[in-house]
Amino acid sequence: MEFSELIRTGQAQAELLRGPEAPPLRGTLCVTGHHLLLSPGPQATPDLWLLLLRSVDSIEKRVAGDCGTITLRCKDLRVLQLDIEGVEATLNIARSIEALSSLESVITSFPFFYRPKGLRLGDAWHFHPPERYYKRVARETNAWRLSEANEDFSLCPSYPRAVIVPRAVNDDALALTARFRQGGRFPVLSYHHAPSRTVLLRSSQPLIGPQKRRCAEDEALLRAVLAGSRPGARGFIVDTRSAQTAKQARMTGGGTEAKAAYPGWKRLHRPLERGRPLQESFVHLVEACGDLEQSMDHWLSRLAGCRWLAHVKEALSTACLAAQGMEREGACILVHGAEGTDSTLVVTSLAQLILDPSSRTMAGFQELVEREWIQAGHPFQLRCAHSAFSHARPKHEAPTFLLFLDCVWQLGRQFPLSLEFGEGMLLALFDHAYASPFGTFLCNSEQERCLCEVRTRTHSLWSGLNQLKEQRKLRNPLYVPNPLALWPSVEPQSLRLWQGLFLRWTRPPEPSEAAWEKVWQIVTDQEKTEGSQPTVSASELQL
Amino acid sequence: MLIDLGEEYKRMGLPNNYWQLSDVNRDYRVCDSYPADLYVPRSATAHIIVGSSKFRSRRRFPALSYYYRENHASICRSSQPLSGFSARCLEDEQMLQAIRKANPGSDFIYVVDTRPKLNAMANRAAGKGYENEDNYSNIKFQFIGIENIHVMRNSLQKMLEVCELKSPSMSDFLWGLENSGWLRHIKAILDAGIFIAKAVSEEGASVLVHCSDGWDRTAQVCSVASLLLDPHYRTLKGFMVLIEKDWISFGHKFNHRYGNLDGDPKEISPVIDQFIECVWQLMEQFPCAFEFNERFLIHIQNHIYSCQFGNFLCNSQKERQELKIQERTHSSWAHLWKNRAEYLNPLFRADHSQTRGALRLPTAPCSFTHKFWSGMYNRFEKGLQPRQSVTDYLMAVKEESQQLEEELAALGERLEKIQKVQLNRTEVKSNKQSEPSKHSGFSTSDNSTANTPQDYSGNVKSFPSRSPSQGDEDSALILTQDNLKSSDPDLSANSDQESGVEDLSCRSPSGGEHAPSEDSSKDRDSDEAVFLTA
Repeated sequence: MEFSELIRTGQAQAELLRGPEAPPLRGTLCVTGHHLLLSPGPQATPDLWLLLLRSVDSIEKRVAGDCGTITLRCKDLRVLQLDIEGVEATLNIARSIEALSSLESVITSFPFFYRPKGLRLGDAWHFHPPERYYKRVARETNAWRLSEANEDFSLCPSYPRAVIVPRAVNDDALALTARFRQGGRFPVLSYHHAPSRTVLLRSSQPLIGPQKRRCAEDEALLRAVLAGSRPGARGFIVDTRSAQTAKQARMTGGGTEAKAAYPGWKRLHRPLERGRPLQESFVHLVEACGDLEQSMDHWLSRLAGCRWLAHVKEALSTACLAAQGMEREGACILVHGAEGTDSTLVVTSLAQLILDPSSRTMAGFQELVEREWIQAGHPFQLRCAHSAFSHARPKHEAPTFLLFLDCVWQLGRQFPLSLEFGEGMLLALFDHAYASPFGTFLCNSEQERCLCEVRTRTHSLWSGLNQLKEQRKLRNPLYVPNPLALWPSVEPQSLRLWQGLFLRWTRPPEPSEAAWEKVWQIVTDQEKTEGSQPTVSASELQL
Repeated sequence: MLIDLGEEYKRMGLPNNYWQLSDVNRDYRVCDSYPADLYVPRSATAHIIVGSSKFRSRRRFPALSYYYRENHASICRSSQPLSGFSARCLEDEQMLQAIRKANPGSDFIYVVDTRPKLNAMANRAAGKGYENEDNYSNIKFQFIGIENIHVMRNSLQKMLEVCELKSPSMSDFLWGLENSGWLRHIKAILDAGIFIAKAVSEEGASVLVHCSDGWDRTAQVCSVASLLLDPHYRTLKGFMVLIEKDWISFGHKFNHRYGNLDGDPKEISPVIDQFIECVWQLMEQFPCAFEFNERFLIHIQNHIYSCQFGNFLCNSQKERQELKIQERTHSSWAHLWKNRAEYLNPLFRADHSQTRGALRLPTAPCSFTHKFWSGMYNRFEKGLQPRQSVTDYLMAVKEESQQLEEELAALGERLEKIQKVQLNRTEVKSNKQSEPSKHSGFSTSDNSTANTPQDYSGNVKSFPSRSPSQGDEDSALILTQDNLKSSDPDLSANSDQESGVEDLSCRSPSGGEHAPSEDSSKDRDSDEAVFLTA
């Protein structure tokens, strides 16, 4: 298929309005296979304005007289307005954008064509394989092994090739366990907490079904987990559904672990929102944030009504519960919901951020996102197909990853010195998860990425973000390594709306930019004076 | 003297061709709740002033609050006119005319009544009310609905009840916050201030502000507008001056409003608290615009209620003079000034284009920029606050770089000396003592994370997250015992290490820590002790 078939009008004269705070831009508008370009006249200062078509969430066109207006609502929550000369041109451009922004095929997407200067193809793709994390686990304990039973993705299509499992369980047993868990997602190691010698595991629901099936290998696996942990350790199964939902799941072949079958393990139910209700919550919040005219009371009730902050609170407190169980109770934790690809990952990744100082560094956080989200099989392509503005009926969309980022932001607000990355990093991850020139968030699983040859044919986001020029935007200048666990407050008084994301395009950016500049200046001033001191002392010593 | 209002009016550029210092209220002859020294338009004779004062509640005639020297526009304040349904007063009309004429740049003035229209109309039946546009030449009359002290008192009460809920759900909290109406009231005050500041700076028009008596809402609105207009009021010292001018000198009734003495509980209302919160809301929006930090606001608020110092006592200057407050008590301003290092905002950028001159507010002030101020209303619950302070950290960093620079300079000097000595080829006993370098690191950050997990189980019955011992949470308003003990209200200045310990004692009752298993009964206390000492 050629893109040119979808492009109906090459170019048109247009004016671009980018919200109340930015000046309008005039020039020639042009649609290409992956981008919308606006090229101002030769004398204008900003030479080119560029929008990735993939980031358009919804498009609205209006014509009046011989002019047309296109409103683009983007996945990063920006709202853009294009005033275009000519009715025909407007309609054609709108149709082209519509067709090009919703292309289904992965391998014709922009990452497969993006070849930025200064980056080498294939770089940074091998930063964070499970093997690397296993090396760390192996230094801490001997109870776990790296299994390649899923080499050909036959056990579990959404797991990576290599997973970390109890040493006492062989690959044949794993195959049987996989058949007992939805989507083949048998329990695997997510995090080993060395100080308490406990582990965090994740899986999907067991396929108990109405007949109350059991699986000896699955039970043996969880027994082996406790045996490999510290002596006398107990286990908690954190089910991210309510007890009732978990029970009802038996009717459709799922369910939750029976108490009698798993001695030493106790079940806790922490219902977390997922799927469509979460998406709707996101949509309502964004709607409320876009309504600049509303009164104070109206705003607070809409904030309460959309329940987004309630979801943040639930997710954060469940993660805290899991972390607390490990660090304080010395218990092993298994987290699962139904499929084990959404709320499960929110909980396991946040728990690590709370407990593990190394995951709070720039590199460590990237590793965490790679390991606990991308390789753990969070279906990014399905979940992030549309953002909050789409009129299309939501199918599989859900802002699960955004919920995780929001929780991380809350953690960073309460511990402003303890994360090496700043708000800019979280915003970048949000933007790239929904639309990106990089290949990192493409596809739904490792298997799909292998089929599409994502690793060899696209650039990794991590190599893009780790370029020197990006650092000032992404790093937290206040970072001081903190060896302790971060226990956030999850009371409503302590949680706030993430204005930097939800109001990013509506509030004037200057005040916070000025503050950010000042923070950097204070910190670099200090580094400079500190740096200049030894030279004087040295020359003094020579005398 | 630290705060000198005479100096302040001079700073504004007064007296000048249009405004003069009037002695009409010497010995508080005309109005006993006004200060003795007042600025009025030059064309307003004593006859006009006295005549106007008779037509105003409590004789609070129009007087200058702030003069914007850039364009000669001014903010004046008064109480409501005694207009009833049809009464007029020639002198009062002349007075407003005089104010208009004192601003050659504009041919009208705004008269802003900060009450809801309904309240103002009800006052007419009692022979009070508001200005009739037909009787005054060239005024634009405007209502701005800020509710009265009784509504505000109830609103605060409701909000504090929400703050004290034990582990509320998110929607309980947000609905409660909305039902209290508190943030709506804060927004109304800010909006009024913004309206006036814009009238002055953008339209170049003078504004006369009043409410009923002109000592509550009027003080709030005038001071917010001045703060928006003049960067001086956003400095540490300027902010003290602002409170001294618009609140203390103009007869805001501190004794009545903050219950300093046993009095009518219906007179109590968090009027200045709301002003202080407005400032905080602006600080959140403009992190570089203020020289002082949140702690400064909280300590001022504390001293307004503490009665530890004299400057917030009494209802008027006259009372203060009679009681010789100035000779017999200390002022909290001196105390705050002495500790000013604690109150500095490290992000303050006096020379930045956004913070010089009037604050540039977004064209449409939207609701969601207003936030719940947990640093104030949950200030005694350290567990709810951010566990690390950016302000303290940056101040420590700044201090450290300053120290290093000084050391650098000292070493440079020594180097120079030594070189000179060498050139002279004189024998020197080199002083081998090296400078003791005292960088203990940033203490604020090292110990800052000793915090314990709260109760995440959500099972309220068996795992209460707050022990009943923390019962006196009313203390957000009323002086606590801690504050009585020392003159230094150690509110938010605590190191975080302490907060970690406090968490244990007051927020995590023993047994509240474990995951809610059915039968776990292990004592957690020992573990926590180990964790804390580790």
